[in-house]
Amino acid sequence: MKVARAGWLLVCPALAAIVAFFVLPVAAALALSFTDFDIYALADLRNVRFVGFDNYLHLLQTPLFWQALGNTLYFVVVGVPLSIAASLGAAMLVNSRLARFKHFHRTALFAPVVTTLVAAAVVWRYLLHTRYGLVNQGLAGLGLGPVDWLGDPRWAMPAIILMSVWKNFGYNMVIFLAGLQSIPAELYEAASIDGASRWQQFRVVTLPSLAPMMLMVAILTMAAHFQLFAEPYVMTQGGPAQRTVTVLYFMYEEGFKWWSLGSASAVAFVLFLFMFAITLLQMHVARRTGA
Amino acid sequence: MGECTHDPGRRRFLAGIAALAGGCADRAGEPAGLRFWAMGREGEVARELLADFERANPDIRLDIQGLPWTAAHEKLLTAFAGDVTPDVCQLGNTWIPEFAALDALEPLDARLAASPAIARDDYFPGIWETNVVDGRLFGVPWYVDTRVLFYRRDLLAAAGFSQPPRDWAEWRRAMAAVKRRAGEGNFAILLPLNEYGPLLALALQQDEALLREGGRWGNFRGEGFRRALGFYLELFESGLAPPANDTQIANLWDEFARGHFSFYISGPWNIGEFKRRLPERLQDAWMTAPLPGPAGPGASIAGGSSLAVFRRSRHKDAAWRLVEYLSRPETQRRFHALTGNLPPRRAAWAGTLADDAHARAFRDQLERARPLPRVPEWERIATEMRLVTERVVLGDLPAGRAPAEIDARVDRLLEKRRWMLARGPR
Repeated sequence: MKVARAGWLLVCPALAAIVAFFVLPVAAALALSFTDFDIYALADLRNVRFVGFDNYLHLLQTPLFWQALGNTLYFVVVGVPLSIAASLGAAMLVNSRLARFKHFHRTALFAPVVTTLVAAAVVWRYLLHTRYGLVNQGLAGLGLGPVDWLGDPRWAMPAIILMSVWKNFGYNMVIFLAGLQSIPAELYEAASIDGASRWQQFRVVTLPSLAPMMLMVAILTMAAHFQLFAEPYVMTQGGPAQRTVTVLYFMYEEGFKWWSLGSASAVAFVLFLFMFAITLLQMHVARRTGA
Repeated sequence: MGECTHDPGRRRFLAGIAALAGGCADRAGEPAGLRFWAMGREGEVARELLADFERANPDIRLDIQGLPWTAAHEKLLTAFAGDVTPDVCQLGNTWIPEFAALDALEPLDARLAASPAIARDDYFPGIWETNVVDGRLFGVPWYVDTRVLFYRRDLLAAAGFSQPPRDWAEWRRAMAAVKRRAGEGNFAILLPLNEYGPLLALALQQDEALLREGGRWGNFRGEGFRRALGFYLELFESGLAPPANDTQIANLWDEFARGHFSFYISGPWNIGEFKRRLPERLQDAWMTAPLPGPAGPGASIAGGSSLAVFRRSRHKDAAWRLVEYLSRPETQRRFHALTGNLPPRRAAWAGTLADDAHARAFRDQLERARPLPRVPEWERIATEMRLVTERVVLGDLPAGRAPAEIDARVDRLLEKRRWMLARGPR
């Protein structure tokens, strides 16, 4: 009994911090999502009305919300596998016995993660410029026509994905690198004695050994990708034709451009439910496959 | 100077305390630290513009802060929520109804009546109106921004038009003739899909208002807006305007120089840009003209920025002196020289500005500038109008359904306003 009380006493400070900085704001945001808190309410709190689930119902009828959700899913479905593949590929290259200057390469590949996004975005906007950009000059060298990366509704999201993968793959690469280094060399030796090809070794030794990391990386990457905001904010401002408006960008505009904090909170909770459901699904799949 | 003490001994004493307390002179209230926020280029030149003011008013210490336009609105709302609004601020005049609804601004009617420096009748009426919400004055126009036609004189002449068009019918014929000569891949006019200005200007030329019943409901289904929308969409349907936004036009001025389009609806800032960015050989080939209307010269948007005094300011007298100084015709002429911004009062147009051929169209247009509907929701309403219109141009929505669609969105945005008005003032 006494031990239990001491335990509670010890976690008390941490709990207090969590309650003050996490539970309370989340509860307040939830309460806000059932009101029509807006610019008028900012002037006078008596202008707030309780609207029940109206914000949620209206949200489900707003075409832009669905478009934003579609854009976000597009980014997640294409971006997450691409990002993980890039991370794994880079990790294997750096980990390869043939690689030289490993430290240098590891640092260089990790560098985009620690660069400031806004600065990187400025450079990327030059790279992606329709007429003067390096990317289009490269395409022209291959005989391909110029692509209006950030102005064409079809290409804006791929451009954002490209930049986002470049910006973020280094982080997962480091995690995979740690995983790769912990795989015993004997497993590869045994596999090669059994006559396994490089590809077979990758499939039956590397991938299964990395499975727990893969699960964690997948969940983290997905969660991060669902919260895409900064890239479209600095690169396209949600355009063209709202093709790069993501759920979070939509929420930002509702909340801080139009100051409809009530409906912005509702967006936040819908996004939370979405991510929660998908994470549960991932865990379920992982448990079934025994990772 | 009601709020400020003139006793120098006391001021020195308080300044000493402030210095001891780590320089919190503002909190001590003395000397009058007047906080002035201005956006973009205006914020950059404010210090230079106000050097004389500081010399003439030693009892006022100016604290000028520049804000980028993209973050200014957010920043002001956050400042209001956090109770740290400035004393004087530059406000885009479409924001005035919003900050008036927040009760953040000081009504200026009494001060104006007592002020010899600001003569209301000297201001262009449409611009002045933008500062009046429910019969009360909340700002004094600082500079004006209206939209006129920028056009290629040489290409228009080659197409057989020696004068710029004055009404829609003439404009239509001129655009068709220009397009015929420009050929495939080129156009007559650029109307960027990510701008609501051009369509809004056409809509303001109509007799019907865009909102009805005191800003309670949208009136986009009305005859007036339908006419403006019809004319606007016709330009895309007949291939006179490219269905593009302005990020797709890599460099507006290059394309204008190449004859990719010959007409462009824009504001005063582009006079300077055109002079700077168009090649030397084309400097005589472009000109500005008042916006053609349905029958003869038409109205345009009364845009621009105003100077507003915040209600929470503790230095309102000093703030008003700053507003008066910035409103003097000679200060406004200097302001024009520094920024290219056009003055809102006729007296300031005398001198060099009157001889500027490119500014003449603006001078003429300003007499016919009309204010936008003054409701706090306006910016969002205009954005919805643009988004629906963009969908029509890109083929996502039949043109006939656009007015009802805009009205449906607008009526929902105005729901809270209707509720507030029905409930009456508290």
